[in-house]
Amino acid sequence: MSTECVSARVLARYGSGQDLPPETVWVLEAHLERCPSCRQRLGGPAADPGVLALVESVRSAVEPRLGPGHGLWWGWRHRLRRGMARWSTPAALPWLATAVFVPLAAMTLDLTSAGISGEDGVPLVLLVAPVIPALAVAAAWNRWTDRAYELVSVTARAGLSLLLRRTLAALLVILPPLAGAGAVVGASPSLWLLPGLALTIAVLALGAVIGVGRATGVLAGVWILAVILPALVRVWPPVALEPGSAPVWAAVIVVGGGLLLRFRDGYQQNNLS
Amino acid sequence: MIQAISSDDLAPSTYAWHVRAENLAVRAGRRLAVAGVDLSFTTGVYGVLGPNGAGKTTLLRALATVRQPAAGRLDLLGAPMHERGGLPEVRRQLGYLPQTFGYYRWYTVREFVEYLAWLKAVPGQDLAAEVQRAIDLVGLSGHADHRLRTLSGGMVRRAGLAQAIVGDPALLVLDEPTAGLDPQSRAEIRELLSGLGRTNCVVMATHLVEDVADDSTEIVILDDGHLAFRGTPAQVAAAAAEAAPGNGSELERGYAVLLERSRLVTR
Repeated sequence: MSTECVSARVLARYGSGQDLPPETVWVLEAHLERCPSCRQRLGGPAADPGVLALVESVRSAVEPRLGPGHGLWWGWRHRLRRGMARWSTPAALPWLATAVFVPLAAMTLDLTSAGISGEDGVPLVLLVAPVIPALAVAAAWNRWTDRAYELVSVTARAGLSLLLRRTLAALLVILPPLAGAGAVVGASPSLWLLPGLALTIAVLALGAVIGVGRATGVLAGVWILAVILPALVRVWPPVALEPGSAPVWAAVIVVGGGLLLRFRDGYQQNNLS
Repeated sequence: MIQAISSDDLAPSTYAWHVRAENLAVRAGRRLAVAGVDLSFTTGVYGVLGPNGAGKTTLLRALATVRQPAAGRLDLLGAPMHERGGLPEVRRQLGYLPQTFGYYRWYTVREFVEYLAWLKAVPGQDLAAEVQRAIDLVGLSGHADHRLRTLSGGMVRRAGLAQAIVGDPALLVLDEPTAGLDPQSRAEIRELLSGLGRTNCVVMATHLVEDVADDSTEIVILDDGHLAFRGTPAQVAAAAAEAAPGNGSELERGYAVLLERSRLVTR
């Protein structure tokens, strides 16, 4: 003999007060009077699957808010981390810290050795400043630095808008310390901000084709060979940083922006890996 | 209990097949790892079997929109992938678990799944509940707020599965979902997947025949980038009759026979 004399479904419908044929109700009630185990089942939570589903849905809504007893501090930390993950990849934080360190190191060098490039020379901070924003952005969409890149690159948000969001966040983090270091050694933002933005956009546009990591490497290499080294060994002065070259940088921004829009699919469909 | 049904649930799908491939070719690096494959998947669990290097992972990477088809047609959820059409819409409905995936070691399971749920554009108001549901389904409820680096390999695999199923995607692409799991967890995951297969399309690659349950809808055997066999588990088991009786299950012996047969034909 089965341990279940009445099917769970019938019991559930009776328990939840749903329509049952009157003859079924009579038989059921007559049986319940004599059968303690079925009375037990009727009173138990499993009698109504709807109740179980409701309890489950309430739990899945409430549980994430509670956490396993970590309280206020845990909730605060969780919200902070969630907010940060929306504006930058979690992998970018060490990278950003390194990028902040570079202008500070250059500033220290400038202060201690009274300018590597001599009395009349340009400060080192000014020479490196235009590549720093591009360096900070390099980790925003990068297969080499982001461990979860394969997962992230096939999500619905992957694409130009996510990249620009992360770029903006990286720029907001990197520009204040850069400006501060520049102010200490007398490198005005009016000299490096425009080239910096132009290089950043150039990195993003080139990155759509060859990947942001490689694009940063290429452009930073070109900048070091064409501007920083010649200025340090005094082959030629850093023409690129003179106010006169501003129209060229503006043109780079416009062209780079156009190319970025043209090749934006590269950030969605990444066949580089 | 009142069931909330949104208009999205009732909207008719505009495609006949979740996955439709015709003469599909996919590259892995410069090599053509998959060539001339025809597939048509709808709801159900589809097992992709094959020896090492048969092109299973490459095929799944194409189904997960990681790689573009090199030739042929590939329609995912009605969008033509060979023409780069509708990528974000497809990805909204896609869950992908790669063979190996990187993760942030200092993240908790919940933070990890929530990060990917946000990237997958799961609606904001149900994000937390949806994440909890996914974590419960893979059986990690007790570890939801543990850091990933403190978890065992099998649990990390489950966390990966949770990020794939979060948001209830119509198309689930899982590359060796049960790798590194103990036998009991394996059975649980199989049960979970066959439950999901009732309403979703679950494509799962494995090199273990026993992972493909008897109740899977179709078994696809790949060999050297080509389709060696497509059919039901019953057909695979029936092929075992030709094999010399030996150890191993019927499915395993049937798989060996079918693989051998296709090699004879191509030679």
